[in-house]
Amino acid sequence: MTTVAPTTGEETDSPYALSHLDALESEAVHIFREVAGEFERPVILFSGGKDSILMLHLALKAFAPAPVPFTLLHVDTGHNFPEVLEYRDRVVAEHGLRLHVASVQEYIDRGALKERPDGTRNPLQTVPLTEKIQAERFDAVFGGGRRDEEKARAKERVFSLRDEFSQWDPRRQRPELWQLYNGRHAPGEHVRVFPLSNWTELDVWQYIAREGIELPGIYFAHERDVFQRSGMWLTAGEWGGPKEGESVEKRLIRYRTVGDMSCTGAVDSDATTLDAVIAEIAASRLTERGATRADDKMSEAAMEDRKREGYF
Amino acid sequence: MSTTTEQLADLSATTLLRFATAGSVDDGKSTLVGRLLHDSKSVLTDQLEAVEHASRNRGQEAPDLALLTDGLRAEREQGITIDVAYRYFATPRRRFILADTPGHVQYTRNMVTGASTADLAVVLVDARNGVIEQTRRHAAVAALLRVPHVVLAVNKMDLVDYAEPVFAKIAEEFTAYASDLGVPEITAIPISALAGDNVVEPSANMDWYGGPTVLEHLETVPVSHDLTSCHARLPVQVVIRPQTAEHPDYRGYAGQIAAGTFRVGESVTVLPSGRTSKVSGIDLLGRSVDVAWTPQSVTLLLEDDIDVSRGDLIVPSGDAPATSQDVEATVCHVADQPLAVGQRVLLKHTTRTVKAIVKEIPSRLTLDDLSQHPEPGQLVANDIGRVKVRTAEPIALDDYADSRRTGSFLLIDPADGTTLAAGMAGEAFGGKPQAAHAEESAQAADDDGWDF
Repeated sequence: MTTVAPTTGEETDSPYALSHLDALESEAVHIFREVAGEFERPVILFSGGKDSILMLHLALKAFAPAPVPFTLLHVDTGHNFPEVLEYRDRVVAEHGLRLHVASVQEYIDRGALKERPDGTRNPLQTVPLTEKIQAERFDAVFGGGRRDEEKARAKERVFSLRDEFSQWDPRRQRPELWQLYNGRHAPGEHVRVFPLSNWTELDVWQYIAREGIELPGIYFAHERDVFQRSGMWLTAGEWGGPKEGESVEKRLIRYRTVGDMSCTGAVDSDATTLDAVIAEIAASRLTERGATRADDKMSEAAMEDRKREGYF
Repeated sequence: MSTTTEQLADLSATTLLRFATAGSVDDGKSTLVGRLLHDSKSVLTDQLEAVEHASRNRGQEAPDLALLTDGLRAEREQGITIDVAYRYFATPRRRFILADTPGHVQYTRNMVTGASTADLAVVLVDARNGVIEQTRRHAAVAALLRVPHVVLAVNKMDLVDYAEPVFAKIAEEFTAYASDLGVPEITAIPISALAGDNVVEPSANMDWYGGPTVLEHLETVPVSHDLTSCHARLPVQVVIRPQTAEHPDYRGYAGQIAAGTFRVGESVTVLPSGRTSKVSGIDLLGRSVDVAWTPQSVTLLLEDDIDVSRGDLIVPSGDAPATSQDVEATVCHVADQPLAVGQRVLLKHTTRTVKAIVKEIPSRLTLDDLSQHPEPGQLVANDIGRVKVRTAEPIALDDYADSRRTGSFLLIDPADGTTLAAGMAGEAFGGKPQAAHAEESAQAADDDGWDF
């Protein structure tokens, strides 16, 4: 019974073994279909970033040849990359989708939110997001979060129950057994759903390459006016940079994540193709968030704390 | 940049292995996980810096690798793992999803959670202590959840002078025990997670050991079984009906194949209605195929326009599970509120959720010594017990021993949606013949009563 010296060096998988990308794809599609089967008003959080683009691609595959039975929701910080907004609107039109927008700028304009002293708008997204969820009575909200991104996200369930205040309580999560996702919730509560939970950054890029999915240009190396703040290259612009003492220079860069311009850093790169990007990530010694996200560095538990409040 | 396009193409063709770790508090589980992640170069500079920073803030001199996996405030405060964390790492040969499960007795439910999706479980033992109660508990959970492969990692071999007899004795005791429980394959590996012996690199200190390192074994263990003998099962998730000019008559039954294979032309039966038809086509996410197998997500097209909806199970005609309203199963109770005889619950099986009532709780298992306690009346958090449940509608349940996917179910509290229990239909353990078993336990209920 005990295998003391099994064969090593030979792949012993049966012909029925799926490649890891096929296995991840199949699992994500299963999750989309479960939500379609069990919820009344699901919505996909769509930022125009690679993870949400991947989610939409998988949703299109899951229900083809029928249309995607979900609407999209973009939390617009007011500090978006123009290329990304253009991409967003084009995709929405192309697939005949419906897009909801929750606007941070609108909240600031009417005094419901206050600009932070550091100018970062990322944490301000929580209120417009959660109020939109309540107003539209969304009961399932798809997020592109992956467990490899951050240690608090590593603890996240695929189906994550949020109370009427959209709060996440990591100590009261439902155990998630087999592929039996429990989406039961009371009125006012909703479930955050993460179909990409088990994907890594490299998986996402390999799948994008395999499927030939188009991305906004900021993911590929291009020359851009940037300035340095807290060790990160930020895009210069009307949103609040550079300040005095910060100087703009033209650099060859690309983005590994897409978010608010005030806290999403660029990396030096000459990767202009998908293959080059994949090679760069495979060799990188930094995680995508470590390389490019200022907001996660605020404290040791910054992500956990924001997630507790309702952040995605 | 040394990675070539060919190597990258190889990367995407690799397979995925899901595995879980189990170990008691001080047997070095975090060190093993840390070393697997670290030596496979899956810990990146910024993560290591964050751990070093946090360790310094705590006054620790060396970086505490446990902080890599303990992601919650409460976990870091208490220095323990509360909840399952999922970790990802890769080698050129395979991708891994690691369910890092807490070892505390009171978190049995988390071990069950981690083991439910695992192809392999690593059970850690401290070489100085040998097989202890906690080890037996882990073996029992792995057997109960029918994890196909179990690795016994005999850790801290450096503290017993890398002595072969120490390892051999523990391996023998564990193998005999786990085999009795029905664990199909056991691989014992002597390691030192701290010193790095036989984790990623072969040990220079144990030339008497000729087997694989932990990582080599993880890279080569087969992830899929021969599916030709499995009962094919497709739980219907949604019916896809575009009703567009382009596809006016398309009607497809979408779902993830839970077991076995389906072929075009095959005769199938839809449960619970019992209606029959033939598979006229299989769509595999945009491409038409002749054959599909688990765990592919597909859309089945049938020749006849029969009534099929979410919650139905499509199976080959002539290979259908019995449908019944009486379920007898082993459950692991995972909620803080108890499960009592007479309680009304929801039972979620594949894509079907039905009303149910708990008729009987014949026994409760004590994982410490695997003794059984008859008629406990209720089950509380982390209890494992036998239950009899009556459902409001018939369900098509396989034995968990035959199919982890169609033999498992959840019991849910209808009032607040809490997941109460994880259920596994049929007999609990797959070791000895069940009939012989029952006689034994009638005589010695509190002894080694496996068939609680």
